[in-house]
Amino acid sequence: MFAEKLHNQMHELSIAMSMVEMATEESQRLGAERVTALHLKVGLLSGVVKDALIFSYEVACAGTPLEGSKLIIEDVPVKVYCPRCSSEKELDSIQLFACPACGELTPEVLEGRELQVVAMEIEEKHAEALIA
Amino acid sequence: MSTPRLVEVRQNVLKQNDLLARSLRQRFANAGVSVVSFVSTPGAGKTALLEQTLSSLRESGLRVAALVGDLATDNDADRLARSHVPVRQITTGTVCHLDASMVEKALADWDLGSLDILFIENVGNMVCPSSYDLGENLRIVLLSTTEGEDKPLKYPTIFNTSDIAVITKMDLASVVEFDLDAARNNIQRVRPGMKTLEVSVKTGEGIIEYLDLIVSHVNQKISI
Repeated sequence: MFAEKLHNQMHELSIAMSMVEMATEESQRLGAERVTALHLKVGLLSGVVKDALIFSYEVACAGTPLEGSKLIIEDVPVKVYCPRCSSEKELDSIQLFACPACGELTPEVLEGRELQVVAMEIEEKHAEALIA
Repeated sequence: MSTPRLVEVRQNVLKQNDLLARSLRQRFANAGVSVVSFVSTPGAGKTALLEQTLSSLRESGLRVAALVGDLATDNDADRLARSHVPVRQITTGTVCHLDASMVEKALADWDLGSLDILFIENVGNMVCPSSYDLGENLRIVLLSTTEGEDKPLKYPTIFNTSDIAVITKMDLASVVEFDLDAARNNIQRVRPGMKTLEVSVKTGEGIIEYLDLIVSHVNQKISI
């Protein structure tokens, strides 16, 4: 049990470190002093455990311009294409890849694998000067 | 006084891995080698099935090799070396999965052109490997009869990112009262249309059909 938990956290830790690295580079490019929040989209099929990611994020931020920042996660549900209804449908559960309307099984995933940093909140060194 | 500002980023967190996996896939295609990976829980029988696979395919004249991921030991690589094919160990240390850069590093001085099929055995883990593309053409998920029928429902993501499911240790099915229909049904729930095979390395049950399937996939050069 413990080993399994640790393994999961290790995976999320390396993901958190990639996020922090990416955000640090981006903030330097923008001349920001600090990153105060990171907005992340996490698909239900991304293979990432949210709680483990939140825990790892704090660890990964230490000593970087992201230290003390918030991680704001938007869950992305799984959307599939239902061939019988000819339309996009949102799954009720990832334990059943069936159209919630007609029950047809479908393997065609349209959304839900995302693991994407969509935005970040930054504090700039000389905000006024930059605006002017 | 600094002012907070919201900036759009839109970057995939695993972009580096995805880009590297794509270039590996291209390299494999250029070299004419097909790449098949195995994922499962620890102890589901990846190494036993791979040992059998390597020996049988080698005897049938195919040029095969394997990369084996393991947290700490090289026991698996030693076992696989008995198949008399090139085997290389990737010791991941504390990392619970293989990623594309580990595969790239392990292949640094290999002549891929001299191979028909390269097998990659991932670290035993049903969660983390699902996030990482290794550049493989075919991903096989193993489920052993001793684990129970509900594994696909517990780990839908790994089934959903795999192409074929192989149920192993069929010789133990009756001992552990494994419900094959329920297992097949659960696999179809989380990955509709998934090809599923049952094998036993011990008795040889299903092995020929399984090898045929791998070879036919390789011949079609299906890229996923």
